[in-house]
Formats: sequence, structure tokens, C-alpha cells
Amino acid sequence: MSLLAVSNLTKRYHRGGKPFAAVDEVSFEVGPGETLALAGPSGSGKSTIARLVLRLIEPDAGRIGFEGADFLALSGAALRARRARLQMVFQDPLAAFNPRATVARVLDDPLRIHNIASRAERPRRIAALLERVGLDAGLAARAIHEISGGQRQRVAIARAIATRPSLIVLDEAVSALDVSVRGQILELLLDLQRRERIAYLFISHDLGVIRAVAHRVVILDAGRIAESGDARAVIANPQSPVGKALVEAAPRLTRNRP
Amino acid sequence: MTVLLSIRNLKVAYRRDGVAVQALKGVSLDVEAGERLAIIGESGSGKSTLALAAAGLLARGAEIGGRVDWFLPASAGAKAEDRQPSVLATSHPLLGREIGFVFQDPSSSLDPVMPIGKQIAEVTRTHLGLGWKDACAKAKTLLERVRLPDPSSALHAYPHQLSGGQKQRVAIAAAIAAGPTLLIADEATSALDTIVQAEIVALIRRLVSEDGMTLIFISHDIALAAALADRIAVLRHGELIELGGTDQILNAPRHAYTRALLDAHLGLDANPLLDRQGVSA
Ligand SMILES: Nc1ncnc2c1ncn2[C@@H]1O[C@H](COP(=O)(O)OP(=O)(O)OP(=O)(O)O)[C@@H](O)[C@H]1O
Ligand SMILES: Nc1ncnc2c1ncn2[C@@H]1O[C@H](COP(=O)(O)OP(=O)(O)OP(=O)(O)O)[C@@H](O)[C@H]1O
Ligand SMILES: [Mg+2]
Ligand SMILES: [Mg+2]
Repeated sequence: MSLLAVSNLTKRYHRGGKPFAAVDEVSFEVGPGETLALAGPSGSGKSTIARLVLRLIEPDAGRIGFEGADFLALSGAALRARRARLQMVFQDPLAAFNPRATVARVLDDPLRIHNIASRAERPRRIAALLERVGLDAGLAARAIHEISGGQRQRVAIARAIATRPSLIVLDEAVSALDVSVRGQILELLLDLQRRERIAYLFISHDLGVIRAVAHRVVILDAGRIAESGDARAVIANPQSPVGKALVEAAPRLTRNRP
Repeated sequence: MTVLLSIRNLKVAYRRDGVAVQALKGVSLDVEAGERLAIIGESGSGKSTLALAAAGLLARGAEIGGRVDWFLPASAGAKAEDRQPSVLATSHPLLGREIGFVFQDPSSSLDPVMPIGKQIAEVTRTHLGLGWKDACAKAKTLLERVRLPDPSSALHAYPHQLSGGQKQRVAIAAAIAAGPTLLIADEATSALDTIVQAEIVALIRRLVSEDGMTLIFISHDIALAAALADRIAVLRHGELIELGGTDQILNAPRHAYTRALLDAHLGLDANPLLDRQGVSA
């Protein structure tokens, strides 16, 4: 059974007075422990889909099923409880957190809000979460603006897994990281997925990254699905014009290897 | 080749909890007029600090040592004394006019409460003395050049109504609006799809070859840096560990760290991490 089932999702905005569909009748499913990547040109609707799935904005039409429930029909306590199972990591964690907040505070919030641990128990939980993402527990006292970009993204992941989610939406979550830190974060995500069967809705413009971590890929174009399928098969042999253009334009590192 | 910017023994320290954190430990580097220089290196290695120090934009409280000397051509509108070597931080080229800066964090580049057309028009009004009508027409042309769809209505959009990649393109348009001598792009294309990325690369190449612009391009995407740059500088822990022609850096890196960075690149031919992990759906 699918964990997330999106059907005929539509979101319209206005541009220059005229309505246009940023997301147009999009349907896809994500299974437990699976990584589904969303790719597509800038402005094709990827982040809008992420916001819809997280219910940060409401759709004009369509359905979202999550863990067997009609996610769009939930409200109040039921919605809050279900939200704990659905977390997010964005490109710029500085924008997502109060930069003056300490790392401990950022991790304490979800534990407190979702009643996951008592006040006395929380410091131990925070240390365990930091360890889980490969950070020193001593980092807890630092302010968010005093740690590096890669460390911040680990804190964002620690916060996302604090509530034991079944699905994490990652919107360009590794795009701003250098290759070595990015590799470590991707390995961390895969490790969490293997151990805890977390599913990812993984948004990225980087086809190399998608190929490395995703099971399946959906390629969007102007709010609609252009093609979808096994990530490596689609990237090796795209069928849609936009898929072909994205693969064609990918910068390649040509080295004379010894 | 004429030197546009000469950096000598540049040291920058930030204060953190009363302790100085050394972000740059004596970097020396010449940027030649009309070249495309890429700066690569891991997170925290000092890339943004180097760019900000060169432009004279470091946060207050940063401790600076060494020299940054500018040799701006008179045509760029520089005052006579700007053509003389200057002691660090005493005279810097004008931001927006001589230097276009695309900040790593797009929210530092864009004003959230001003329509984007107006933000770009402001640059040309201030620095090129255009009237509103011309400035707006120029803003529209710039949005076309960075391939923003439907530029006429985009002029009236606010930043929150744009996608991540659209905001990055607006920031690039604003940075090149006044025809700067030097464009500093700090991770300016990190949220762009490959198609737009290739178009921006072509645009930057044109600006360099046709308008004689100089480029400092900071990126964690080594393939992209290599596609764009004549030379690549590699920073690590606040030190310049290698600087060379793109060909030499890619094919005969001298430093093991440079090799490790190249090997960590996830190209379309890399081994998927998934296989090694043995995860399956
Ligand atoms: N609040 C809004 N008001 C009006 N238009 C919007 C709004 N949010 C998004 N849009 C438009 O909807 C379209 C889809 O935007 P979205 O952010 O989903 O794109 P994306 O695929 O994430 O692009 P990118 O790769 O550049 O981040 C874009 O054309 C964008 O300008
Ligand atoms: N305003 C600041 N206050 C204190 N420390 C800072 C500040 N800005 C940067 N640093 C520190 O200086 C060092 C260099 O940072 P810098 O931002 O130049 O790195 P970078 O190479 O641009 O990294 P990234 O790839 O993550 O953008 C890091 O250790 C960083 O934590
Ligand atoms: Mg987006
Ligand atoms: Mg930086």
C-alpha cells in the first residue's frame, strides 16, 4: 500500500491578472521506505507540490492520502498528530530557523510540541538525535548562525527525524552543500531510510544526485507530469522533450582519468 | 594581462563567544581583467569571506589584515585615487556599479516588499542615471536575458511569488544591471535546473567576452565551475591550497584534497549510492 497518494492535485495562482496552474492535475504515489524524486525546470511546480503535501498551502482541486487517511480532511488534533509523521527539510535552514536560537532549542521544539519526551528526558533525547546525525553533543549550546552550512543541514535533519516521521519532504535540501558534505548528508539519509524505513519526497534540480539516491523520478514541466519511472532508466534514456533537455544540459566533468 | 584586483596575505577573523575564528589565513591572489575565475572548496573553507572581503562588504566586527588593491579602468567611472593601490578597506569600488554581487543567500539580494521590476530599475537609475521609463524598459530586457518567463508580468511580482530559481535569476539580473566591471557570483546558480543553468553560463560568457566583464564564480558544483572558468582556485580551511588553469586542476591536480573534491562529484556516470547501501523499494 502506498504511504502518500496524490491524485489530480491542482494549484492556481495569478500572474499579470491571469490565472495559471502552477500545479496541474498531478498524481503520484510514494511507498514506505521509498525515495521518489521530483525534477523539472525552474518554475515547473516542484516547491508548490511540496507545500501542498505539507499543507502549508491548500490546493484548488485534488486529493492527498497519507498513511491511509484523507490528509486534506484532517483538522485540529488529528491533523497535528498526523503532521508529526510528515516532516520537511529545505535548502536554506537559516531561513527556516531563528538564527539566534540554539541548536538545543531547535531540537527541543518538536519534542515538546508533539509531546514526545518529558522536560527531564529531553536533553538526553537531543544528545541522541545529534549523535544520530553525526554531530557532537557539545554543539547543542551553539547558536544556529554559529555553525557551518553542513552542520546546520544535519541539525535540520535531526529535527525532522525527532518525531519519527514516515515521510520527509526535502526541497533542494543538499543543493547548497559542497560535494563532500553533500555526500555525507546523502549517506546519512540513506542510512536512516534503511534503518527506519523513512520515505523521501526528494526535490532536486541535480540529476546526478537524483540518480544516486532515488528509486523513482517524476519529471514535471509547467505544472504537469512529463514522464516518470525508474530514476536511473529515465535519466539514462529520457523520453519527454523536457527530460531530454534537462539531461542534455547537465554539466559534465570531463577528466582524463589515469 | 592586466591585474584588476590584487589580494595579498589577506587574513580575516570573526569573533565568536569572545574567541577569534580565523576564516582566512593569509590568502594571496591576483584576479586578471577579463578572466573567469572559479573558487571551490568545502563548506566553511572561506569562499564567501574572500568574496565579501574583496568587495569590502565584511560584517562589522570582522578583523581584517593584509591588502586588497583595485586597479579599475577609468572607463568604469572610478575616481583617480581608485586606480592607485589602496590600503585595505579604505577605498572600495562601488557596489552595484563597478561590482555586481550575487549573494549566496538570495534573501540578502532581494527586498521582500518591493516588486522585482522596481528593484532592478533602482540599480540602473542610481548608477546609470536612467529615468523611470528607461529604467523599467531596461529591467524588462534584463529579465529576458536571465530567461525569466513572461518578463512583463514578472516586473510586478514580489519575491515570494517567485520560485527559488526565479529569485536567483532576478538577483543575477540586478547584479549585472549597471554593467559592472566585476561580477561576483556566490553560489548564484545552486537552485537552477540544468537548462537555465546552461543559459546563465552562456549569458555570463557573453558578458565576459563582449562587454569585457571579469568574473569571480563561487560554486560547490565543480562540473559547472569547470565549464565556466579559465582558472580555478581551491580553498581549504582558510588557505588557498591550489590555483591553476581549469585543465590543470581537472587533469593534473597537485593537491590530494583537490583530487578528493573531484572524486566526490556525483556525475551522471557515478555509482549510485543506493547500490552500495543495498536499499530497495
Ligand atoms: N505565491 C505565489 N503567487 C504567485 N505565483 C506563484 C506563487 N508561488 C509560486 N508561484 C509560481 O508558480 C510556479 C511554480 O513555482 P514553484 O516554486 O513550485 O517552482 P519550482 O519547480 O519549485 O521552481 P524552482 O526550481 O525554481 O524552485 C512559478 O511560476 C512561480 O512563479
Ligand atoms: N558572520 C560570521 N560570524 C562568525 N563566523 C563566521 C561568520 N561568517 C562566516 N563565519 C565562519 O567563517 C568560516 C568561513 O565561512 P565562509 O562563509 O566564508 O565559508 P564558505 O566557504 O563560503 O562556506 P559555504 O560553502 O558553506 O558557503 C566558517 O567557519 C564560518 O562558520
Ligand atoms: Mg523550488
Ligand atoms: Mg559561502
